Amino acid sequence: MKPFTYLDGLVCPLDRANVDTDAIIPKQFLKSIKRSGFGPYLFDEWRYQDTGEPGMDCTHRPLKKDFVLNQTRYRGAQVLLARDNFGCGSSREHAPWAIEDYGFRVVIAPSFADIFFSNCYKNGILPIVASSEIVDQMFRECADKKGYQLRVDLETQTVRNPAGEWFTFDITPHRKHCLLNGLDEIGLTLQHAGDIKAFEKKHKAAQPWLFA
Amino acid sequence: MTGKTLYDKLWESHVVREESDGTCLLYIDRHLMHEVTSPQAFEGLRLAGRKAWRATSIVANPDHNTPTNAWNEGIKDPISRLQVETLDANIKDFGALVYFPFKHANQGIIHVIGPENGTTLPGMTVVCGDSHTSTHGAFGALAQGIGTSEVEHVLATQVLVAKRSKRMLIKVEGKVGAGVTAKDIALAIIGRIGTAGGTGYAIEFGGSAIRDLSMEGRMTLCNMAIEGGARAGLVAPDERTFAYLKGRTHAPNGAQWNKAVAYWQTLTSDADAEFDCVIELDAAKVEPQVTWGTSPEQVLPIGAKVPNPANEKDVVKRGSIERALQYMGLKADTPIDQIKVDKVFIGSCTNSRIEDLRAAAGVTKGRQKATSVKQVLIVPGSGQVKRQAEAEGLDQVFIAAGFEWREPGCSMCLAMNADRLEPGERCASTSNRNFEGRQGAGGRTHLVSPQMAAAAAIAGHFVDIRSF
Ligand code: SF4
Repeated sequence: MKPFTYLDGLVCPLDRANVDTDAIIPKQFLKSIKRSGFGPYLFDEWRYQDTGEPGMDCTHRPLKKDFVLNQTRYRGAQVLLARDNFGCGSSREHAPWAIEDYGFRVVIAPSFADIFFSNCYKNGILPIVASSEIVDQMFRECADKKGYQLRVDLETQTVRNPAGEWFTFDITPHRKHCLLNGLDEIGLTLQHAGDIKAFEKKHKAAQPWLFA
Repeated sequence: MTGKTLYDKLWESHVVREESDGTCLLYIDRHLMHEVTSPQAFEGLRLAGRKAWRATSIVANPDHNTPTNAWNEGIKDPISRLQVETLDANIKDFGALVYFPFKHANQGIIHVIGPENGTTLPGMTVVCGDSHTSTHGAFGALAQGIGTSEVEHVLATQVLVAKRSKRMLIKVEGKVGAGVTAKDIALAIIGRIGTAGGTGYAIEFGGSAIRDLSMEGRMTLCNMAIEGGARAGLVAPDERTFAYLKGRTHAPNGAQWNKAVAYWQTLTSDADAEFDCVIELDAAKVEPQVTWGTSPEQVLPIGAKVPNPANEKDVVKRGSIERALQYMGLKADTPIDQIKVDKVFIGSCTNSRIEDLRAAAGVTKGRQKATSVKQVLIVPGSGQVKRQAEAEGLDQVFIAAGFEWREPGCSMCLAMNADRLEPGERCASTSNRNFEGRQGAGGRTHLVSPQMAAAAAIAGHFVDIRSF
């Protein structure tokens, strides 16, 4: 997992409530054998005029030009600004996989669906809960100013707008530690790599046939 | 101090570290893999730039998606083919101790090839992204199924994050009657404890009837531990285990062999060990079993009648009987031996080993498939089983009876390849799951032993193998 420390990221506003995981990544893509490569199909039905299929080359598919991801001013955005109950629906981990693969590292919303929220942390995405007032203000500022960026600092748990205004957000110490250091469960286990190696050595000496 | 159970000994000999809440890092000796549950795990490793911790712990082969006939034509379904080719590529990149690609002479169901090549040994911890990993407990190995994220975790770290299970002893004493097999013991146990009876437990099977079982029989029994809700089943290793393993490709040899056997002999539950739960069964009372419903616990002896929901007072149970009868297209009170079958499947990681095929051939020899039966598939569990069966002429017995002799694989156990039931078709199957749609959408599965399946193929309906 990529560590997350701080980010100066372009903001892309997705002004809808209750965005579900089927909208984030439609079900036909679950047949895939991969957990990468979902980025081109993120919000597939909203993004393209035709119906996407796994493995499709998206470079020449007809776009729905109005959709925010298709607007040049938001190209390269790393912060997704969203509305209430973002990520509701199924527990598919393909949803955070698609968001991360597209290039987003932060999602800011007034509220998130539970499973999606915790799936984000497992995949190096920082979901931030902000008050409806702050989210409203960000939507307005984002519409008014091209190239609207936010600085998201995990260490100090702050988000700062270009005018220098800032707010703090909550995160559990364990999740913060994992994200800051890029540790997933594997990463955490590997902090004990020395113990594993020591055990392995002893185990091998006692039962060498297990290592033949 | 009380003694230790076999499970405790296996667990404690693999704990790398333990947290105060009992969560352990458990060292994994053997990692089995097939094509369906591994691709995202390898992908995860790749994305994180990680390597396999110990590639020589991996034994892999495709089995779920591979066809069982016309191998020269390859895998026709492009999605199936891609999954299989992905496993090829992943093993090429990350390495493995043993890999049998599609069409390799030794390819087969992963739970058959593991033991057969001596890569499952007593005292090991074994994992696989597959619930029927419990099979390997037949050797006195702590073997359990894991999910895809855990597959990645084990690949990267060689340990599993896990907590100790409770311990259950199922004791089967006495001698089984003629025609009664390990499959019948397994089904009778599940009928008794229910599909959730073993949840949270590791089950050790003991008693004289279990010691009398062949290694094939013990594998059948442990295979179905998961159908009783237990992640792991165990049988203590003994002389029969050692005899089975001796000389197998990856089993120890020479001085190592003697040292290994000396250790393996300590892998039994101490006489004063305590279990959290003990269940006793009289082997002599176990009859040939047939499942009638859509859960393995919906099982009865061959002489019984399909249950009548009207006799069930519990509303929840009554509802589930009604639903099962409806799905299965069965009338209440129908004698089980009057149920006609459309197809027969002899195979799967439960019953596709040489002993199973010998038993089925023994029943079949000199007889013919009933004309009402559309198809009888005999699918050996591996290339080695297939060759052995052919050397013994078993294939000819089956072919002469009008059965189809196929290439190894999972086949109609879960119908991920082209072998499947059509809606409404009824099948006598030696596999382990009779869930709705398991063998094909709308298909109806009755789980039985290989002998009972062969007899149903010949009679056209279930029959009591003891009087067949
Ligand atoms: S034979 Fe059936 S139960 Fe066994 S591994 Fe294959 S699909 Fe699973």
